[in-house]
Amino acid sequence: MRIVIRTEKCTGCGECVSSCPFTSIEIRDGKAYINEYCNFCRTCLNVCPEGAIVEIEDEQTGEIGDLSSYKGVWVFAEQREGKIATVTLELLGEGRKLAGELKTQLSAVLLGAGETQARELIAWGADRVYHAAGSELDHFNDEPYSQLLIRLVREYKPEIILAGATAIGRSFVPRVAGKLKTGLTADCTALEIDKDSGNLLQIRPAFGGNIMATILCPNYRPQIATVRPRVMKKAVYDPDRSGEIVSVVCNGVSSRTKVLEIIQETSECMINLQDAEIIVSGGRGVGGPKGFEMVRELAGLLGGTVGASRAAVDEGWIPYRHQVGQTGKTVCPKIYIACGISGAVQHLVGMQSSDIIIAINKNPEAPIFNVATYGIVGDVNEVLPLMIRKLKEAKA
Amino acid sequence: MNCIVCIKQVPDTAEVRINPETNTLIREGIPSIINPYDLHAIEAALQVREKIGGKVTVITMGPPQAEEALREAISMGADEVRLISDRAFAGSDTWATSYTLSKAIEKLGCDIIFCGKQAIDGDTAQVGPEIAEFLDIPHIAYVKKIDDIGSSFIRVQRLMDDGYDVVESRVPVLLTVVKEINTPRLPSLKGKMAAKKAVITRMDSQAIGAEASNLGLKGSPTQVKNIFAPQTKKEKKVLEGNLEQQIDAMIEELRRMKCA
Repeated sequence: MRIVIRTEKCTGCGECVSSCPFTSIEIRDGKAYINEYCNFCRTCLNVCPEGAIVEIEDEQTGEIGDLSSYKGVWVFAEQREGKIATVTLELLGEGRKLAGELKTQLSAVLLGAGETQARELIAWGADRVYHAAGSELDHFNDEPYSQLLIRLVREYKPEIILAGATAIGRSFVPRVAGKLKTGLTADCTALEIDKDSGNLLQIRPAFGGNIMATILCPNYRPQIATVRPRVMKKAVYDPDRSGEIVSVVCNGVSSRTKVLEIIQETSECMINLQDAEIIVSGGRGVGGPKGFEMVRELAGLLGGTVGASRAAVDEGWIPYRHQVGQTGKTVCPKIYIACGISGAVQHLVGMQSSDIIIAINKNPEAPIFNVATYGIVGDVNEVLPLMIRKLKEAKA
Repeated sequence: MNCIVCIKQVPDTAEVRINPETNTLIREGIPSIINPYDLHAIEAALQVREKIGGKVTVITMGPPQAEEALREAISMGADEVRLISDRAFAGSDTWATSYTLSKAIEKLGCDIIFCGKQAIDGDTAQVGPEIAEFLDIPHIAYVKKIDDIGSSFIRVQRLMDDGYDVVESRVPVLLTVVKEINTPRLPSLKGKMAAKKAVITRMDSQAIGAEASNLGLKGSPTQVKNIFAPQTKKEKKVLEGNLEQQIDAMIEELRRMKCA
C-alpha cells in the first residue's frame, strides 16, 4: 500500500500538511509532497478538498505465514522477588476477556518464583501456566527472559501475548518481537478483537496523550502488546479453579549482563503511588518545597500518598518517583486531589481515570477543571491551610 | 571507546492537538526539536569520551530536514554524524526502524550505543532494546547513572518501578537513558561554527546494506488503523458559596466517602 499525491489535482492549499500527525507532508514547488515520515495512517485522505491524495494497493508483499496455527492468549506474569505484580492480575482479567471472544485458552508465562505463585495464577484465571523455575530467573534480567519467551513462543505458538508496560515488560519484550519478527504495540490502554478478522485492535495514546491510535498487526503472529498498568480491570480470584502447570526447562539461557545489587527505594510515602487509594498531588502552583509540606500534610491527614506534576519534579521540589503523567506513573485512585496543577494533557493521561478528582487552582480556565469532579478556584496557599485546619479540627 | 548515539527529530508534542470534530491534527507552526531524552543520550556519550577517550557519532533516521537535529548534535560536541535517509524507509514501525538503525550501526561499528529511553511522539521505548537484539548485544534500559566504565565493561544504575538495580554489562552494549542521568550541555560557540560548516553524510538503504523486504511499510508488522481524539468524560459537581463554604462542602464529601 502506498499513499500518493495526484499532482495534477493538487492545488497546494496545505490542508493536508496540518492534518498529518507525523510531519510527513510538505509543500514543494507549490504541490504537496509526502516524505519519509509517512506512517500510512490515511488521515490525509479525507482531508484533501480536491481528492488529490489517494491510496494505491501494491502487489502483496512479503510471505504471510500460516497464521491459523497460532492459538491462545498469553499473559507474561511479571513477578518481583517472588511476588506476582498487580499488573499481572489486570492482564489476566483482560486476557480472559480476549480469550473468551476468540473462544480460546488463556495461559500465563511465569519466569522465576515458585509453584505457589504458579497456582495463584490459575486461581486468577489462567487455564495453563508455563513455569520456568530457577534462581537466575528470580530477579529480572533481559536476556534470559527474552530467550525463554522466544523459545516458548516458537514451541507453542500463541496468537496474542500481553505484558505489563512496566520497566520490565518495556525492556525485554522488544527483544522478543525483534527476534520473532512480529509486531509489538507499546503501552496500550484498550484492547479489542476485530469481529470480522479476529485481529487484535491495540489502542494507545501517542504524541504525549494528545492523540489515540488504533494499531493492527494483521500479517504476523503473535500479536504482542504491552499494557499500561492500572487501566484494565483485575481478574476474578477463584481458589477452586483448576488449571495445568507446564514445567519449562531453563537450560541453555545465558546473559552478558549481571544484576549486582537490587535497591528498593522507600520514600516518605511507603505506599506505592499506583496502589494508593488517595493521592494528593502538587504542581507548579504549590510554589516550592515549603508548599509541598502542606501537600504532604494533607495527604497524611487523609491517609493518602503524595504525587506531583512534571513541573514540580523538574523544579526539584520532589523526586521523580512521585511524578504522575505520561512520563511518570499512571494512577487510578478513588480520590485524586490536584493542588496547583494546571492540567497539561501529559498530566491528565496519567490521572484522569481516577474515580473522583478534586482540583484546586487559582486559574478558572485551567484545563484540570475539565476533568475535575469538584473544582475549587483559589490559591493553593490559602485553600490548603484552611483544609488542613478544618480536617484537624474534625479529627480532634 | 567509540560511541554511537541514536537521536530522533520530533514535533514538540506539548503543542500537538487534535480537532475532535474532524479527527485531524492541529499542527500549525509546531517546532521540530531533538527528542528531549536523546539530548541526555548525547551528553552521556560526550562524558564517556571525556573520561576515557574515543569518538562520538550521532545518527538519526528521518527525512532530509532531520539534518537540523544532527547539526545541533555537532554543536554540542559530536565528532561525526550520519543521516540515515531513504524514501524506502517511509512507514517504518518500531521493528523496521530498529532493523534499519541496526544495519547502519553495523556498518559504522562501535562499542557503546546510547539512546534516549523513548521518543516523545511515539512513546514506545522499543527501538533501543530492539536494536540490541538485532545486533545480538546486551542492553540496559532506563539507565540513570553510570557508576564505572572500563575498556571492556560498564556498570550502571537501572531505574525500576520500585527502586533501582546496579547492573554490569560487557561491552559492546546498548543503553537507554532517563533524564536523571545528566544535564545536557548547551552548544558552545565553537560547536555552533562547526555545525554550520559541517557537511552531513547521508546513508541510504544501499549504503547500510539493508534487505528491501525489511524496510519501511513492507518491513513493518504493525499498521496504524486510525487515529482519534482522546475522550474525557466526567461527572461534574458544583461547590456553592465562598471559599470557606466550598471547603466545608468538600470535606463533607470526603467524610461521606469515609476518607476524612
